[in-house]
Amino acid sequence: MSRRMQRVIAATRGWRDGIIGFTVLFLVWEVSAHVFKIPKYILPPPTVIWADLMKRYPRMIDAAIATTSEIVMGFAIAIVVSIPLAVIVSYSRPIERAIFPILIALQIIPKIAIAPLFIVWFGFGLMPKLLLVFLLSFFPILVSSITGLKSVPRDILDLARSTGSTELMVFRKIRLPHSLPSIFTGLKVAATLATTAAIVAEFVASDRGLGYMLLEFNGNLETGMVFATVIGLSLIGIVLYAMVEFVERNVVSWHVSQRDAPEKQLIGS
Amino acid sequence: MNATELRQEAPETGVTSGPCAIHIDGVAQVFRRDDTETHAIEKIDLSIAAGEFISVVGPSGCGKSTLMRIVSGLLAPTTGRVLIDGRPVNGPYTDLGIVFQSPVLLDWRTILGNVLLQVELRRRSPGDYVERGHALLDAVGLGDFHDRYPHELSGGMQQRAAICRALIHDPPLLLMDEPFGALDALTREQMRIDLEELWLSSRKTVIFITHSIDEAVLLSDRVVVMSPRPGRIERTLTIDLPRPRGLEARHLPRFTEIVEEITGIFLSRGVLRRGRSALAGVKAKR
Repeated sequence: MSRRMQRVIAATRGWRDGIIGFTVLFLVWEVSAHVFKIPKYILPPPTVIWADLMKRYPRMIDAAIATTSEIVMGFAIAIVVSIPLAVIVSYSRPIERAIFPILIALQIIPKIAIAPLFIVWFGFGLMPKLLLVFLLSFFPILVSSITGLKSVPRDILDLARSTGSTELMVFRKIRLPHSLPSIFTGLKVAATLATTAAIVAEFVASDRGLGYMLLEFNGNLETGMVFATVIGLSLIGIVLYAMVEFVERNVVSWHVSQRDAPEKQLIGS
Repeated sequence: MNATELRQEAPETGVTSGPCAIHIDGVAQVFRRDDTETHAIEKIDLSIAAGEFISVVGPSGCGKSTLMRIVSGLLAPTTGRVLIDGRPVNGPYTDLGIVFQSPVLLDWRTILGNVLLQVELRRRSPGDYVERGHALLDAVGLGDFHDRYPHELSGGMQQRAAICRALIHDPPLLLMDEPFGALDALTREQMRIDLEELWLSSRKTVIFITHSIDEAVLLSDRVVVMSPRPGRIERTLTIDLPRPRGLEARHLPRFTEIVEEITGIFLSRGVLRRGRSALAGVKAKR
């Protein structure tokens, strides 16, 4: 059997067990909601959530599109800003010393607490949401990129210097690929934070999106729809994370974290 | 290792490829950190002939690696200078191959890809070197592993690949900084024998840094014995054992003599301490 086939089978096995787990969870939930007669506004059973969702989903799709675009755009801006910044910082100690205190200060400020201020500055609409998503996902990407870029072993850099190579080539062939695993770690952390940031921004500047709907449903005690919205939000987060992971698997397939079977670890000695 | 395969020339590059002579002229190195000064090495003078195999032995921290970094131009000495073929070394010297204690291969490149990194960084076409790369890997017994990734190979195999990487561009000078330090004793012995054969077939100038006295004696034309920090040259010994030495040279009385002589230097410097032995006073058989 080919290695690829084995991997596919192993992957579906993971899926199968996961599906069984969720099925059991939903069954227990459904049954106990009925058996213990839990009011629907406290904990609606999965079937009720599903029925609510089926009735109201067109409105939710519009909101989901709004939220998703905030997340994706904010996340993209964070990537475009923080990775080049990490490169600059990794090359220049003075810049690192000048910029880092500012970044740490920015990171320590609870950004969610200053979210209302964004509304004063930028009004409602896309801008305050983008800003919050950007701010929350920016830092983990930056820090992990710097860590990766600065952790190239000295010996390999010495080797590169002894070839008379240009720094651009060393960056392209050694530094950047070396730092990719760290960069992706940062991207994955940022991906989950980006979703949270978008929702919080929509709570505060409530004019659109799933966060706004969530507040509305909660206010009306439409708990079924609250659950449906949370599930929708989780799906967005999971898809974003899975996309980052998919890219990671293809870009840094050589890294320790991506290796599969132990049988191909060591040949001979 | 098949020596004849290694005679295969690197593609014509216009780089001079005869072995090179090295002149180390009053080199000293002081490291400053805050208010403390560390004298890593103190005034070293050493001439190395073209095509000579020279080993530097000394205790940990005696500045062996510092000396190597200075010779390679990666580190500028505090005082003194290094001349290679009569020209002073300013900045990294590029006409050489370096092997470090750890293989430092790139995880994302195959073994052949790692070997070819050397020529890619030198802006030469890797395609021209594929054939030589395969020949080198064959010679060190890695022929079948050229498309594997470093993590799939053992430490010894990775180090062999690192040696191929240092040789792919056929440099006239090879610097080896404790290249076998991380290997198990058996692999180490084999690598030592292989390295001698390789050297005999190509006659590069080699500076080999080690803290194994046996290894230094078995490989070298001359052994430079260094004192503990601040590193100075304690003595330079010419090793007149016949070549190739292979595995057998260990049994020569002359080998034992030289090893004892070096051991004696380390004993007198307090690097080694004579423990109690039932054999005290017994001389090696002549």
